[in-house]
Amino acid sequence: MSMTILTVDDSRTMREMLRLALTGAGFRVVQAEDGLHGLEVLAEEARTPDVIVTDINMPRLDGFGFIEEVRGDGRYRGVPILVLTTESDAEKKTRARMAGATGWIVKPFNPDQLVGAIRRVAA
Amino acid sequence: MAVDPLAEIKVTFFQECEEQLAELESGLLAMEGGDTDGETINAVFRAVHSIKGGAGAFGLEDLIRFAHVFETALDEMRSGRLAPDPETLKVMLRAADVLADLVRAGRDGSAVDEALAQSLGDALRGLCGGDGDEGGEDDSGDFDFQPVAATEPKAPGAWRIRFRPRGDLYARGNEAGLLLRELARLGPCEVELDVSELPPLADLDPEGAYLAWTVILTAEVEQAAIAQVFEFVDGDCELEIGPVDGEAAGEPEPAMDVSALLARIQSDSPAAAEAVCEPAAAPDAAPVETATRAEPPGSQGAANSNATGATIRVDLDRVDRLIDLVGELVINQAMLSQRVMEAGLARASSVAMGLDELEQLTREIQDSVMAIRAQPVKSVFQRMPRLAREVAALTGKPVRLVTEGETTEVDKTVIERLADPLTHMIRNAIDHGLESPEARAAAGKPAEGVVRLSAAHRSGRIVIEVSDDGGGIDRTRVRAIAIERGVIAPDAVLSDEETDNLIFMPGFSTASTVSDISGRGVGMDVVRRSIQTLGGRISISSRPGQGSTFTMSLPLTLAVLDGMVVTAEGQTLVAPLTAVVETLQPRPDDIQGLGAGGRVMAIRGVYTPVIDVGVALGYRDRPREQASVALLVEGEDGTQAALMVDQILGQRQVVIKSLEANYRQVPGVAAATILGDGRVALILDIDTIVAASRGAEPVRSERLQAAAG
Repeated sequence: MSMTILTVDDSRTMREMLRLALTGAGFRVVQAEDGLHGLEVLAEEARTPDVIVTDINMPRLDGFGFIEEVRGDGRYRGVPILVLTTESDAEKKTRARMAGATGWIVKPFNPDQLVGAIRRVAA
Repeated sequence: MAVDPLAEIKVTFFQECEEQLAELESGLLAMEGGDTDGETINAVFRAVHSIKGGAGAFGLEDLIRFAHVFETALDEMRSGRLAPDPETLKVMLRAADVLADLVRAGRDGSAVDEALAQSLGDALRGLCGGDGDEGGEDDSGDFDFQPVAATEPKAPGAWRIRFRPRGDLYARGNEAGLLLRELARLGPCEVELDVSELPPLADLDPEGAYLAWTVILTAEVEQAAIAQVFEFVDGDCELEIGPVDGEAAGEPEPAMDVSALLARIQSDSPAAAEAVCEPAAAPDAAPVETATRAEPPGSQGAANSNATGATIRVDLDRVDRLIDLVGELVINQAMLSQRVMEAGLARASSVAMGLDELEQLTREIQDSVMAIRAQPVKSVFQRMPRLAREVAALTGKPVRLVTEGETTEVDKTVIERLADPLTHMIRNAIDHGLESPEARAAAGKPAEGVVRLSAAHRSGRIVIEVSDDGGGIDRTRVRAIAIERGVIAPDAVLSDEETDNLIFMPGFSTASTVSDISGRGVGMDVVRRSIQTLGGRISISSRPGQGSTFTMSLPLTLAVLDGMVVTAEGQTLVAPLTAVVETLQPRPDDIQGLGAGGRVMAIRGVYTPVIDVGVALGYRDRPREQASVALLVEGEDGTQAALMVDQILGQRQVVIKSLEANYRQVPGVAAATILGDGRVALILDIDTIVAASRGAEPVRSERLQAAAG
C-alpha cells in the first residue's frame, strides 16, 4: 500500500535526493522538472498522487503558479502539497500558503524530516 | 552494487553545478550586452539558488555562504532594487568566477583564493546596500520556523490541546485526523470531539469546518514539539496549548479512542461533513485502491524525457565501447571484402554487391557513432570569457572577447585537449597581441581590444581561429630574438611568414620579461605540440598594425584516419594522409649524399632531406640501395621530407588503436591499426620521424640554403 508522491523540482540533484529519500521510505515516486511538466505528469498519472512535493523557483511555471493550477482543478483540490524550498522566510511561506500549499519542507532536508512532513499531511 | 547513492548524487550535483555556472555566466554576459529580459535574470537567480540548495544538502559551508550572499544580491536585482549597470555586472561576473572556484573546491578539494572570495562577498553585500545578511544559516535550520511560545523550563507531564480547524485548513489539503495522529505519536491521547457547532444538515456547508477537538496528551514533551505538529495549520485553526493543571486533569471526560476516531475521520471527506457517527472502518481498510496497481512501465522515464527534450545521458564508457565495436566491425568488414576479392568472385556478383552495401552501412554506422561523441566546442569556449577577464584585469588592457561558432561539434577528446592550448593562445593574444590602451589610442584604435575566438567546420576538419586586433607580430624583434637565442643564423634570409612562424620554435618567447600571464614556462611550441598530438596543425598570419590570427585545423575524430598503406622491409605501415603531400618515384641519381649518412633529394629544384623509413624505425641498418618509392611528407610546421618506403599498397581508412594503451609508447609510431587481412600495422608519427632525422637543426631553410649554396 505504498503512496505515490509527485515531486516537482528543476534541479537534477534535488530530484535524485528526493527519489532516494522517498523510495527508501517505500513510496512510489513520480517526478517532474518544472510546474508545467508537473501538470503534464499529473494529467498522465492514472491515479492522483497522495502527496505533491514542489520547489518554488523553477523555469516555465514556478511553484506558486503550479500550486494555484493544481488547487484550481477540482480533481486535485484536496491533494496535500508540500513546498520544498531553501527560503525559510515567512513571506515565501505565506505566499505558498495563499496559493494553497499544505505545508513546507526546508532544504536541506534529511530523509526523516521529509518523510515526517509527508506523514503529517497524508494517510 | 555497493555504490553509495549519495555519492552518486553528489556527482550529479557537481555536473549540474557546471551547467548552472555556465548558465549563470552566459546570463550575466547577456545582461552585460543589454539583455533586459526578465527571464534572463530569473534564470541567473535560479542557477545560483540551485547551487546553494544542493550545496546545503552536502554541507558545503563555504559554497552555501557565498551563494547565499550572491543570491541575495541577485534577488535585489530581480526585484528591480538593484540596477544591472555595467559596474554591478562586472562584480557579478567576478562573483560567478569565485562561485565556480568554490564549486570546484567542493568537488576536488582544491584551494580557493580566500581573499578574493572575501572581497567579492563584501562587494556583493555592498551592492545590496550593505545590510550584512551574513551566510545561509537561516536556511540550514529544520522545521523550527515559527517562534514558539516560551517553553517551560521543565515540561509538564500532560498537555491540553484545544484545536478548532477553519475551512482553510481543509482547503489547503491538511487533515485534522492526521494532526491528531501526529499528536498520538508524542504520547497517549484522550480525544474529545466537540460537535456543538455542527448545524442542521440543511444548513451545512459541505466545505465548512464545524468540528473541534480537545486532546489531553500525557507526555513529557516540550510545548514546541506540540506546536510543531500544528506548524502547517498555523493561522488556519484556533489552537490552544496549555499544561494540564490538577483541576483539568481531574475532570475525566468521555474520551474517544484515538484509533477509532482516526478511522472515522479517514473514512469521511476532509470537509468533515459527517453529522452522525458513521460506522467506523478499520484504519487500514480505509484508503482506497492503492499499491497493487501496476506502475505503467517506463512512465517516469517518459515523463522525464519529455522535458529534457530528446537527450539522454550515457556513461562515456558505453559510447567508447560502442565505438570500439564499430571499429572492429569496420576491420571485419574489410577482411571479408578482401577474402571475397581473393576468392576471385566477379565485382558484379551478388556477393560482392552485397558486400559493397555492407561497406556503406558500416561507414554510416561508424559516422553515426562518431557523432555521439561529438560535442559543441561551447564547453571549452565558455571557459574563455573568464580567462579574458582575468588577463584583462592583470594586464590592465580592456578586452572584449567575441566567440563565434560555439555550436560547432567535434570529438569529445579533441575538445578536452583543446582547453589548454586555447587558454594559452587567448592569454597570448591579450598579453602579447594587444597593445596597451595608450598605444592603441596613438594608433587611432578604440581603447578596448577585441579578441575573436571562432570555430567552423571546413572540409572534414574543424578550424579554430584566435585573432586579435593588436599590433601584429613585430618581425624585427622576433628576428632579433631568434638570432639572439641561436634559433636562426644571423644571416638567415626568411620570408615574413617564416619569421612569424619562428614563434612556434621551442623556447621562444617574445615577451621581454616573463610575465606571470603568458610566461608560464611554455611557449607557442608547446601549443603547437599539443595541437599536433591531436593530429592538427597550427599556423599564424599577421599584419603589422592590424593584428594576428592563429588558425588551428583539427581532425573531427581521433578514432579513424585516412592513411596511405606502405611497406618497409616487409612491415606494413600507415602514413596519415593529412601529412602526405605527394608520392614520388625517384631515379637513383635524384638522391645525393650529404655529410655523414645524410641524404637529400632534389624535388623541383628544392633539396629535401631523405629519410629511409626502414632505418628510422630500426628494421634495417642501412638505406636500401635500389630504387624505391618516396612519400613527400610535410610536418605540422611545414617541414618537408621524403620518406623512402619499399612499396605503396594503397589508400584506406583505418581504425586507430592506441599502442600506448595496449603496449607502450614507441618513438616514431603514433598508434596501430588492424588491416583487412588481419595484420597489425603501425601508424607513423610523421613529425617525430622528421624531427628525429633533422637532429638538432631546427630550421630547414637555413640548412638547405647552406646545402644549396
